Amino acid sequence: MNIETYKPGSYPDLPPPSGTVGFYGWIKNNLFSSLSNSLLTLLSVTLLYFLIDGIVGWFFLDAVFDADSKIECRKIDNGACWAVVSRRIGQFVYGFYPEVERWRIDITFFAMFIAFAPLLYPDLPKRKFLLWFSGIFPILAYLLINGGYFGLSKIEYNLFGGFMLTVIIGITGIVCSLPIGIALALGRQSKLTVVRTLCVCFIEFMRGVPLITLLFVASSMLNYFMPPGTNFSILVRVIIMFTFFSAAYIAEVIRGGIQAIPQGQYEAAEALGLNYWQTTRFITLPQAMKISIPGIVNTFIGLYKDTTLVVVIGLLDPLGIARASMADTKWNGLSIEVYIFVALFFFVSCLAMSRYSLWLEKKLNTDHK
Amino acid sequence: MSFLNNIWRNEKSREIIIQIVVLICIGWFLSWLIMNVNANFKALGKDISFEFLFIPAGYDINQYLIDYNNRDSHLRAGIVGLLNTGLVAFFGIILATFLGVTIGIIRLSKNWLASKIAYWYVEFTRNVPILLHILLWHGIIINVLPHPKKAINIADVSFLSNRGFYIPKPLTENGIELVYLFFVIGIIFSILFLKYSKKKQDLIGVQYPVFWINLSVIICLPLIAFFVSGMPISLEIPVLKGFNFRGGMYMSPELAALTFALGIYTAAFIAEIVRAGILAVDKGQREAAESIGLRPSKVMNLVVLPQARRVIIPPLTSQYLNLTKNSSLAIAIGYMDLVATLGGISLNQTGREMETMVIVMLIYLCVSLSISALMNWYNNRVKLVGR
Repeated sequence: MNIETYKPGSYPDLPPPSGTVGFYGWIKNNLFSSLSNSLLTLLSVTLLYFLIDGIVGWFFLDAVFDADSKIECRKIDNGACWAVVSRRIGQFVYGFYPEVERWRIDITFFAMFIAFAPLLYPDLPKRKFLLWFSGIFPILAYLLINGGYFGLSKIEYNLFGGFMLTVIIGITGIVCSLPIGIALALGRQSKLTVVRTLCVCFIEFMRGVPLITLLFVASSMLNYFMPPGTNFSILVRVIIMFTFFSAAYIAEVIRGGIQAIPQGQYEAAEALGLNYWQTTRFITLPQAMKISIPGIVNTFIGLYKDTTLVVVIGLLDPLGIARASMADTKWNGLSIEVYIFVALFFFVSCLAMSRYSLWLEKKLNTDHK
Repeated sequence: MSFLNNIWRNEKSREIIIQIVVLICIGWFLSWLIMNVNANFKALGKDISFEFLFIPAGYDINQYLIDYNNRDSHLRAGIVGLLNTGLVAFFGIILATFLGVTIGIIRLSKNWLASKIAYWYVEFTRNVPILLHILLWHGIIINVLPHPKKAINIADVSFLSNRGFYIPKPLTENGIELVYLFFVIGIIFSILFLKYSKKKQDLIGVQYPVFWINLSVIICLPLIAFFVSGMPISLEIPVLKGFNFRGGMYMSPELAALTFALGIYTAAFIAEIVRAGILAVDKGQREAAESIGLRPSKVMNLVVLPQARRVIIPPLTSQYLNLTKNSSLAIAIGYMDLVATLGGISLNQTGREMETMVIVMLIYLCVSLSISALMNWYNNRVKLVGR
């Protein structure tokens, strides 16, 4: 055996065969690696071609963005008639909130971002200071949106609508349901039989019935359970139902997180002499919450999407506005346009939420990989 | 004082005290609710009674599985609604499973383009509320499909129009029993053959093409019986009469929209579940199976899928349950399911909110609780026994 012949360096590595690297290599490996794979690629390309062709044409090229009625739209071009949306964009965003008062919604909306920033991004500079703002934001938002104090005129709840209503119900539900969900999850894991049974019953009931029946209860029956003469607004009743409903789901998610914590953690906590509340505060919840982030965010997204159900009990969320627009004889039959417009709004906001959860998960991930 | 202090410091007695306090609070709260209901009902002159179930409902339902007309009772209307819920859940589950599994597998495929398309399908579908899916599909069927007179004609037997879908209806005639009988025989044979071939494989290592033999037996036996007994099935073909079709099997636009929407929406979730389940199987399992020389199909069927199934089935069932619960949104497009009949029109006609809602909720609760009980049983059965 002649080792000398292969002295290191004198025979440099050959480049990889052309066709396995670079652009062509990538195409070959990822799109045409085998016969079935190539067929799949061709199929996908055809599908994409028709999709893009149809969508771009209908959405943009042949679409009409401003017209007075559907008939006029159709006269101009045969694509989508976005005029129904552009003419009523104010209603889609604010519902029937008085036009002169809409600045209040705008301010609240931007303040919401400032209030949520320190909660969502733990590394923010001046976080302590901003957290104070987050604390008072709910009061501020209530005062601004609802009015009735400081010279702001009072706005009736039944004028709320559009995306604003979605955001109000969604955010309030999300913020309120998290603590209740945590309490329920802890209750379900409790040693106390009575507490545990109560929590299990509540959770299973809420998870067992469709949300729509709960909303019917909120709209038609909840007043029976209150002392005679009490009458609180349908919006509040609906928010209560949403909160309870998603709290039950969050409880189940967090319970999964709690159960995933190794037994050794509890034993270590006990060995350190921590009591139940200390263990929960410093050992159980931080770990359980971290594990359950994806599930919790999914529940939030679910709640946010489910806010559309309020249209069934007559609130004017974006879908309610959409139906109202279609009932207008001028725009009769343009259901696809308005529904796609509303769908895009939900798509963007839900995608943002799920992307945030991915980011947070990555940030909190302390696995040694 | 120290005695009380001792009781509070003792863990056992403290637990009992807390529980008693909780019980008292809950009891007080419940009795407060009941008192309120009583007071409210007295003020309105209402009572609680379920007699309304037996008076004629007086409204029509356009899609029904059992005979129904508007002189039937509210109870029967409710049952028709319940069956309609079952019907749409059944179709929806089939569509969702088929689509979901396909998309989930495509997302894992090595083909970059196909997996990206599957990914965006999932993102688009599941980030849009289910109610919007339903309304959108309903809008498409109502506004885009042609009138019955210009219906899309599929081979002169099926018709798609904005009044619904009409497909031929199989009518059974005398002699059909033979076909059923042979179908049952085929199934019994295939179960026995499965056991036999398994035994044979354990004994001497022979493998029969069990799947193909069983499939052909189950299909061929009834088919032979069908021809032998003189073709006892005839098709009733829908025909255009006046403004709409008559005869055949009818799928209302609402049912079709609901099925598509529920199926497509749930498929996105199922795709994620299937993908996660397959990814959850340890890579070493697949590599080990390949290294002992199993063919790719065997690797999938004998090694990966049985292990993925354990991960997939529990969330899959809960998706089926979600689909069934989501079908209650049918009320938004006027499909007469349980919520729309009993909890919708019956409620409005009789004014008995309490009773109808209790019945509707109890039915849903029973279904979901029994399915979760079944799931717990399954989970315990397939659980890996830890050491």
